Amino acid sequence: MMTALRNLMEWIDARLPVTETYEKHMSKYYAPKNLNIWYLFGVLSFVVLVNQLLTGIWLTMSYVPTGESAFASVEYIMRDVDYGWLLRYMHSTGASAFFVVVYLHMFRGLMYGSYQKPRELIWILGMLIYVALMAEGFFGYLLPWGNMSFWGAQVIVSLAGAIPFVGEDLAIWVRGDFNMSGVTLNRFFALHVVLVPLVLLVLVVLHILALHEVGSNNPDGIDVKKHLDEEGRPLDSVPFHPYHTIGHDLSAIVVFLFIFCSVLFFFPDGGGYLIEHPNYEPADPLKTPELIAPVWYYTPFYSMLRAATFPLFGLDAKFWGLVVMAGAIAIPFVLPWLDKSPVRSMRYKGTPSKVFLGLFIIAFFILGYLGTVHPTPFKTLIAQICTGVYFGYFLLMPWYTSVEITKPVPDRVTMG
Amino acid sequence: MSKDGANTSRRKFLIGANIVVGSAGVVGLAVPFLSSWNPSARALAAGAPIKVDVSKLEAGEILGPIPAWRDKPIFVIKRSEEMLKKLNSQNARLADPNSERQQQPEYAKNDTRSIKRDVIVLVGLCTHLSCSPKFRPAVQPETFDPEWLGGFYCPCHGSKFDLAGRVYAGVPAPSNMEVPPHFFESDSVVVIGEDEGKV
Amino acid sequence: MRELSAVLLVFASLTVLGAGSVTTIPLQHMNPDFDNKASLQRGARTYMNYCLGCHSLQYQRYERTAKDLSIPKELMLEHLIFDPDTRIGSLIENSMSESSAKEWFGAAPPDLTLYTSLKGTPDYLYTYLKSFYHDPSRPLGVNNLLYENVGMPHALLDLQGLPRKVCKTKLEADGSTQQPCNEDGVVDGRYMLEVDGKGKLSPVEYDQLVYDLTNFLYYVAEPTRDEREKLGFWVLLFLAFFFVPAYLLGREYTKEFH
Repeated sequence: MMTALRNLMEWIDARLPVTETYEKHMSKYYAPKNLNIWYLFGVLSFVVLVNQLLTGIWLTMSYVPTGESAFASVEYIMRDVDYGWLLRYMHSTGASAFFVVVYLHMFRGLMYGSYQKPRELIWILGMLIYVALMAEGFFGYLLPWGNMSFWGAQVIVSLAGAIPFVGEDLAIWVRGDFNMSGVTLNRFFALHVVLVPLVLLVLVVLHILALHEVGSNNPDGIDVKKHLDEEGRPLDSVPFHPYHTIGHDLSAIVVFLFIFCSVLFFFPDGGGYLIEHPNYEPADPLKTPELIAPVWYYTPFYSMLRAATFPLFGLDAKFWGLVVMAGAIAIPFVLPWLDKSPVRSMRYKGTPSKVFLGLFIIAFFILGYLGTVHPTPFKTLIAQICTGVYFGYFLLMPWYTSVEITKPVPDRVTMG
Repeated sequence: MSKDGANTSRRKFLIGANIVVGSAGVVGLAVPFLSSWNPSARALAAGAPIKVDVSKLEAGEILGPIPAWRDKPIFVIKRSEEMLKKLNSQNARLADPNSERQQQPEYAKNDTRSIKRDVIVLVGLCTHLSCSPKFRPAVQPETFDPEWLGGFYCPCHGSKFDLAGRVYAGVPAPSNMEVPPHFFESDSVVVIGEDEGKV
Repeated sequence: MRELSAVLLVFASLTVLGAGSVTTIPLQHMNPDFDNKASLQRGARTYMNYCLGCHSLQYQRYERTAKDLSIPKELMLEHLIFDPDTRIGSLIENSMSESSAKEWFGAAPPDLTLYTSLKGTPDYLYTYLKSFYHDPSRPLGVNNLLYENVGMPHALLDLQGLPRKVCKTKLEADGSTQQPCNEDGVVDGRYMLEVDGKGKLSPVEYDQLVYDLTNFLYYVAEPTRDEREKLGFWVLLFLAFFFVPAYLLGREYTKEFH
């Protein structure tokens, strides 16, 4: 029996490098042994990705992507399909969970300098994943065809109208109609369930391949490949499988699922933050909800969009809002070239770096909150300041990382 | 990374425990995905029994196809005395004249395949590949059968059934047309989709 | 004391200044109870008799309602389904056409399947149904403290009787002087509603009726809520249980290099 199995594996390996691939990416992929809790969110985002793919495929089996039937088909899933409510809540809660773990994953990168040489491409691919994820969430949010879906998409598509000269035509082209309609819904459905997921999957594979080419960073930000044993294995690393997968990730996944399920089963609409109340009535082009706010994971950028309130260089505020928002999403792409520090990890960087990262996170949270409420002159001022902090973190980085005094980095990893 | 003997057995036990509990989790997780493929409440509602008033049905007439029970086309036919007389005259040409195959409830397993002699209820689907056969009640030579006594003819692949839905021998269809569960609530109202006394 | 008990609805804080401004009154809290089947059944009966004529529940089915509320199918068919052609598996719809509804009320009465979710709380509906009052200036003769210039008639009028808005100099009803409300007749910013006593129900009974109705609609908004919470409990219990071997096994590996 065992021999037969071994022969089969040999037969396959001669034709397809299964064992080799497994060893390269799992059992002989060496990851630093000092990885801490912040290194769990990559694996967790993969768990959520699988959840989204599976529940998403299952939802398409009962969902009807037309203006006439979309809303009713969601209620059909919630009521008439066996466990349809569970599949739908897994998907809607999963969308928010995705952004939670991805934001934490990105924060880890900022904290430990995971974007620095030689991991620039990993960072850029990750940013592309993030942008694709935003697009995926945006297209998906229209699909329930509730009133908030409608108006949320309406506002974002209308943004395109801010582009000088071609804007209005572009917005009409994106909608395929003069207002949001079933035509728009149809194409967003195709993008949400086919195109963007394909792009996401390809990007995720590239992200992991790039990571496994150069190896994982660690909380000390030191190069573990400098100290190898006689067989060429990094001394401060252990095989990803089983030492990280079973050692850390399995119980982390269980804990994550516990939190995820607590929300899913007991607060599926998250008090109106995960499923917004106006989305409990069908899309109505004649009735704007009292407050149009995007879902929480977009609100920091939405705040920055609204923070642009004055015209400049003969172009109106609406255009600058778009520029600010696009800039806020684009600027992290060049982060690897903004950081001039000789060290990677925040542990050994100077005080300015720590202060700026702290301010950046605080500003991001405040912007996130402000995006969920009605703007007032005072709140807009706060949003403008926070927008300044957001950009300041990036634009001043070449300066403050090159002048600050860093601490000496140890030769070998430290166990926290 | 040394392994001592005591730890190996502990580790093996824990691996086993994780596999058992994890498998239980996977099975539990599979339940909603698999269950969601069951007929939904909408499908079940469409499949609910229906009531049909047969009092206005004249002898020799057909009611249907009624898109009714489980969204299948249902035929209700009231056969005339003349039709009933000829019904069992060509039994030798039928594949299953005595309705031996389970294509009808017990109470319809008789020489007319019906509860009342005249009114028959059939699922209007050919037992070959589920086309809907045409009602051809007239006793006259047809292109597909020179000795036609009236019945159903399936235009898809030429299967023939008599006025009790019994299949002729030598046609593609393997069995008689299905008689759905039904009962007479009153003289004129037949409930289709349910046996009597089951609610 | 009878008069005291006739005082139904108090507490309308005041922002009525100038035409078109919005009145906001604090919502009265109600605790929905899915386990109180009798309440849900009474709510369903009230809904079918008083509401369904105008407001459909087009995403909900009779059969599921009967099952979840422990109403035998025959009783459901006999007492709560008025259209003989409607089957037990049907959606709870009505036959009012949208255009005639618009003609009668100015706007089509909304479907109420998801109403308590749309408002984010059942308290809104509960308060709304207790906030109708006599207002001859309105086409239908009634207005609503919670939803000013409401287009809907007081559908439960014959049960509650017609409440009138009165102004109270004090919140307490004991011996304080009453006067009819006029444009600026609000003395300390609090309204009270007093019924005329012509309703079939006492104020206490009416409160119960509104509670039952709200309880029913809260159920209808998410009929799987109870199932969800019960299943959630077991899922969390399982995960908590799973954590033990997962953590112990993990430690077996991590202690090798920590």
